Amino acid sequence: MTEPLVQVRNLEKHFPVRGGVLQRTTGWVKAVTGVSFDIAKGETLGLVGESGCGKSTLGRMLVRLLDPTGGSILFENVDIATASGNELKTLRRDVQMIFQDPYSSLDPRTQVGSSIAEGLKIHGIGDSDEVQERVSEMLELVGLERHHASRFPHEFSGGQRQRIGIARALILRPRFVVADEPVSALDVSVQAQVLNLLSELQQELDLTLLFIAHNLAVVEHVSDRVAVMYLGDIVEIAHRDDLYREPQHPYTEALLSAIPIPDPTLKRDRVVLVGDVPSPLNPPTGCKFHPRCPIAHLGVCDIETPHLEYVAEGSIHEASCHLRTGAYRHLDPSRTNT
Amino acid sequence: MSRLSRKAEELVSDGLEDRILEEPTGLWRGAWKRLLRRKGGIVGMIIIGIMVLTAIFADVIAPYSPTEDFIGEPNVTRRDGPCIHFLGCDESRPQFIMGLDGNARDEFSRIVHGSRASLLVGMVTVTVAFSVGSILGAVAGFWGGWLDNVIMRIMDVILGFPSFLLAIAIVAALGPGLTNAMFAIAIVSIPSYARVMRASVLSIKEMDFVAASRALGASKIRLLVTRVVPNALTPLVVIGTLGVAGAILDAAGLSFLGLGAQPPDPEWGSMLASERNQVFSAPHLVFFPGLAIMFTVLGFNLLGDGMRDALDPALNE
Repeated sequence: MTEPLVQVRNLEKHFPVRGGVLQRTTGWVKAVTGVSFDIAKGETLGLVGESGCGKSTLGRMLVRLLDPTGGSILFENVDIATASGNELKTLRRDVQMIFQDPYSSLDPRTQVGSSIAEGLKIHGIGDSDEVQERVSEMLELVGLERHHASRFPHEFSGGQRQRIGIARALILRPRFVVADEPVSALDVSVQAQVLNLLSELQQELDLTLLFIAHNLAVVEHVSDRVAVMYLGDIVEIAHRDDLYREPQHPYTEALLSAIPIPDPTLKRDRVVLVGDVPSPLNPPTGCKFHPRCPIAHLGVCDIETPHLEYVAEGSIHEASCHLRTGAYRHLDPSRTNT
Repeated sequence: MSRLSRKAEELVSDGLEDRILEEPTGLWRGAWKRLLRRKGGIVGMIIIGIMVLTAIFADVIAPYSPTEDFIGEPNVTRRDGPCIHFLGCDESRPQFIMGLDGNARDEFSRIVHGSRASLLVGMVTVTVAFSVGSILGAVAGFWGGWLDNVIMRIMDVILGFPSFLLAIAIVAALGPGLTNAMFAIAIVSIPSYARVMRASVLSIKEMDFVAASRALGASKIRLLVTRVVPNALTPLVVIGTLGVAGAILDAAGLSFLGLGAQPPDPEWGSMLASERNQVFSAPHLVFFPGLAIMFTVLGFNLLGDGMRDALDPALNE
């Protein structure tokens, strides 16, 4: 792996739960609980997980739309988690975000051109001619036309709006971009266009991407490496091909087996999870996945908290499961069967 | 597949090419177009237009000065009914379209000049209450925390009093007069603007486009001024328009109680008040000022309702 551009260490976000007449804090929702990972220069890290697992919270912390409760996010020796004032403002030029909902992410009362130009204005880059020129350039780069700058968001389709959102995020030439489910609100045919646009732009502008999604097929298409999140933790992180071919964590197995295959004659073993995602207000003890895990070994999984570990010597495939890594491998039922 | 998607792309761009011929339509412009399609809104605008023209050209329209009395003129007595030559009133008497009031002044001239006071009150109080209320509401909603609590609790205190009684109390403390009445009405209507603005700001500030600006590095002030407030203003425009009607009514009420415009200044509320005991012997002196108030208020209410429909976010797409 090349040198990391972003190093996340023990990142946490806890939201207070207030209740009662006096709005006192009665508990904490642990949305993200001590996540660590690296993103290498120029790579795309896919981040998947079901709704409410904390992937968007994580993404928003990386662009500092949310203040982390703990941990650090090193971006070239600057800690995004604690930066403030001018340091943070400079950082914002390098770290940008593409939003999920193309309808709420554009100001309905602002012309598209000035929405895109906002970054330049905030950072005082260029005079008005230059700004206009760069906006036109950006519009063409994302597949729209110059004259669209004077139009309003409601005059565009969802896919076009998402292109506008991408243009807005990229006009400052950021090096790291968090794309928070950038295509999940779009039609399938438009999804492909926007995904291709993103990967073209990544090549052209030398971007590093964190691609958040819940669609595994989309993530497989765009990512170099993939991280799987469950209830505020990363449970598995690996090279895309390794993860899709040989998932280690039982949760990843279940997720992958849920991908629909367009072949009704094909038989396969579906791992069907029972129950719902537990409340992050009161997560299960030990391994958070153990109440739903098909291979959980009571006495171990419900007591000891697993951590990300390499599944084999010299591999970069990490998983956080007692039975698949580390000392309890002998308890893995699928292992004893074979 | 690729041919299909190209086809789709062509279709999409075709649609766009057609629309390029049109002017880009902002949301305000779109709302204006929708307003023009609503009968109520148009009627309201026409009524308000007539009122505004009347107020501006009052000196030209009114045949007499509003304070000139005709006591001692031949064939003239106080509280004479309308005398219109065209409808067969004796040519030897001077023409009074709406009759004479208790001081033998031309009622029509007074009503025409009275429109100035009413529109002035409506505009000034709403402008003041709108700006103060929306700034307070925006600050409270955007910053939140203790500032929010302090501002909104003060607003709650003002709201705790019946607004008209509070206005009476304020005028009583400051002394009667149209200026003080405007001030009082402005103060008691601030909380409604503040509350609506705060609610609006609270919902807008959570939207992704605000987050996007923040991610680009926009300062709090910039976010508030360029992103949050312009989008939060929509509901305020509606209650502002409806508020003009309320303010005119309140001012007429205060004047009716003798706390607003002072005689001999023409004001519809005080005209009603001074002649209310003669309602059976000289009904025209109560009827015409009442009619004037009613039409003005109706005009603003119709416009307000029309704007509410035109600005309805559900119709924006």
